[in-house]
Amino acid sequence: MKRRILAAAAGAALALTAVTACGDSGSGSGSGSGSITLGFSQVGAESGWRTANTKSIKEEAAAAGIDLKFADAQQKQENQIAAIRSFIKQKVDVIAFSPVVVTGWDAVLKEAKAAGIPVVLTDRAVDSDASMYVTFLGSDFVEEGKKSGQWLVDQYKDSSEPVNIVQLEGTVGAAPAIDRKKGFEEVIKSKPNLKVIASQSGEFTRAKGKEVMQALLKAHKDIDVLYAHNDDMGLGAIQAIEEAGKKPGEDIKIITVDAVRDGMQALADGKINFIVECNPLLGGQLMEIVKKVHEDQPVERRIVTEETVFDQEAAKKALPSRKY
Amino acid sequence: MNPVNAVSRANLARLTRHRLFWPVAVLVLLLVVNAVVTPGFLAIRVRDGHLYGSLIDILRFGAPLIMVSLGMTMVIATGGIDLSVGSVVAISGAMACYLISEGQGLAVALALSFGLCLVLGLWNGLLVTRLSIQPIIATLILMVGGRGIAQLITGGQIITIDRDSGYREIGGGHLAGLPVAVLIVLASVAAAAVLARRTALGLLLESVGGNAEASRLVGIRASGLIVLGYVFCAVCAGVAGWMISSDVSAADGNNAGLWIELDAILAVVLGGTALTGGRFSIAGTVVGALIIQTLNTTIYTAGIPPRTTLVFEAAVVTFVCLLQSPAFRAKVGRRRPGGPVPPPTDPPSADKKVEVPA
Repeated sequence: MKRRILAAAAGAALALTAVTACGDSGSGSGSGSGSITLGFSQVGAESGWRTANTKSIKEEAAAAGIDLKFADAQQKQENQIAAIRSFIKQKVDVIAFSPVVVTGWDAVLKEAKAAGIPVVLTDRAVDSDASMYVTFLGSDFVEEGKKSGQWLVDQYKDSSEPVNIVQLEGTVGAAPAIDRKKGFEEVIKSKPNLKVIASQSGEFTRAKGKEVMQALLKAHKDIDVLYAHNDDMGLGAIQAIEEAGKKPGEDIKIITVDAVRDGMQALADGKINFIVECNPLLGGQLMEIVKKVHEDQPVERRIVTEETVFDQEAAKKALPSRKY
Repeated sequence: MNPVNAVSRANLARLTRHRLFWPVAVLVLLLVVNAVVTPGFLAIRVRDGHLYGSLIDILRFGAPLIMVSLGMTMVIATGGIDLSVGSVVAISGAMACYLISEGQGLAVALALSFGLCLVLGLWNGLLVTRLSIQPIIATLILMVGGRGIAQLITGGQIITIDRDSGYREIGGGHLAGLPVAVLIVLASVAAAAVLARRTALGLLLESVGGNAEASRLVGIRASGLIVLGYVFCAVCAGVAGWMISSDVSAADGNNAGLWIELDAILAVVLGGTALTGGRFSIAGTVVGALIIQTLNTTIYTAGIPPRTTLVFEAAVVTFVCLLQSPAFRAKVGRRRPGGPVPPPTDPPSADKKVEVPA
């Protein structure tokens, strides 16, 4: 008896985790007559950024009167392929998805093409042939890196004193980490006095950002600028800088990417100097594209998300209405 | 050869045969490398009334790993393994931060979070003992599901809490010049060592891990001890979760404690405890965890490119494991002409299981 209760408890706990893991799936309703049906497969719910992304897509679809079938892939490619196949079977009008990984999409994209359903990529790219999808809507990470670099170049345009920069990179191998580094380093090359003296991975998290910055502060006495590939690492690093007895934003200038709420707060408080936005609210743009594609209008092959940059003044203004 | 020389040589041989010799030697080597690469690495200054320096950083950022590894040592001693510690780290941090952000007092938040960890440890222990599920599978359930639970608590967001709530002291505060996290670790390690070595508990754990069937035959209640091991491990992970989340005043359900189970297992192995169970070394585990943390610091300060970090880590770990392998040392020793001949039949006790006579 005791054993049976335990087994039942084990089963219940497993069921619970299954529910938490896919709490978002299956929100679409049956295909309405006349309206456009969009099948969307999301990566997962791994960050606040992603949650805001999902929310934006759901809200904008409702506002545009588009029937959304939403599937959460829980960061697994096989789930995503299964979701896309089921969209094809249900004969949705347009399929959109944020690919979990870059490779391995040829087969399922061919199936969609054979069924005559246009595919839109959002947020992340794939390495399949470009004829397989209509367009790719997402941020340009290289451009984000360039914007960060450009602000720095402008800050020091009149000085030729050496400026020592440390860089907190994202997770090794992740596209945003590679591209934000590339764009940044490309731009600051134009000023030889801007020099990256150390570059380490903070794995996109606050805890690692703090730990790495703490070590870098000990190893390099003369850090002038910190460039972090996302807000969270920057926020961790700020604490390390404060503990070292320096003032973030003044003794060490800080540039980050993303513009999530906590980051914007730090920017408004003067602890960060500049944030390049990486906008998750691409729902509106996506629905525009879906409508155009459905009416067989031509769309650009690459559409960059509308993104801006924030300095401290802009952050103070934007903060009250910040959604995420 | 004069007699004095012979005596010192015998002492040296005895020293190198001590099971902590090689891990400590590697730790010292890493520190020396750092001291050469980074001038002032070993310096400790007083700043704002507390100690400040790279060595303190290693202790402080290594504190969560030492806590997790300490619990892992006990579970491994019973012949098990706990893969769920990373998830427990995330859950305990998420629970504490969530309650504090909801306006609960520090004591309530910590008590509830602690209670949750007890339940999680009990869950693991009962799966292993009552349902006889292999430990690696039983704890895999919570490793995977636990991230979901942490996400559920945080609502998929990073919860940022007020830095003045007092919670911050656990991971970021100082007491008597030392980081609070380090003091917690010192107390925990001391308590575990006393319990394990001054009472029969350690012996019983080792006998269960060494030979469960024989232990049962002499009347040791193995299942209770095993459950105790998992509960202790979950509680250690829970405290580590407080340290990690309070240090940055934020709970990150996705990334807090991610892969810390692997680092913890590595720390236990580097410290000379065999994964097969039986004999364990708490001091060895602490040294193992410090090696890992020093290695991380070395990577940051020496400027090793992030792309090659894992290769560098692998090289060092391989080196330590080879040094600890009696078979490898015997081979190298034999090849070197005139080198000391290692004892042929007496490998360090770390690899030897304690056989309990039935």
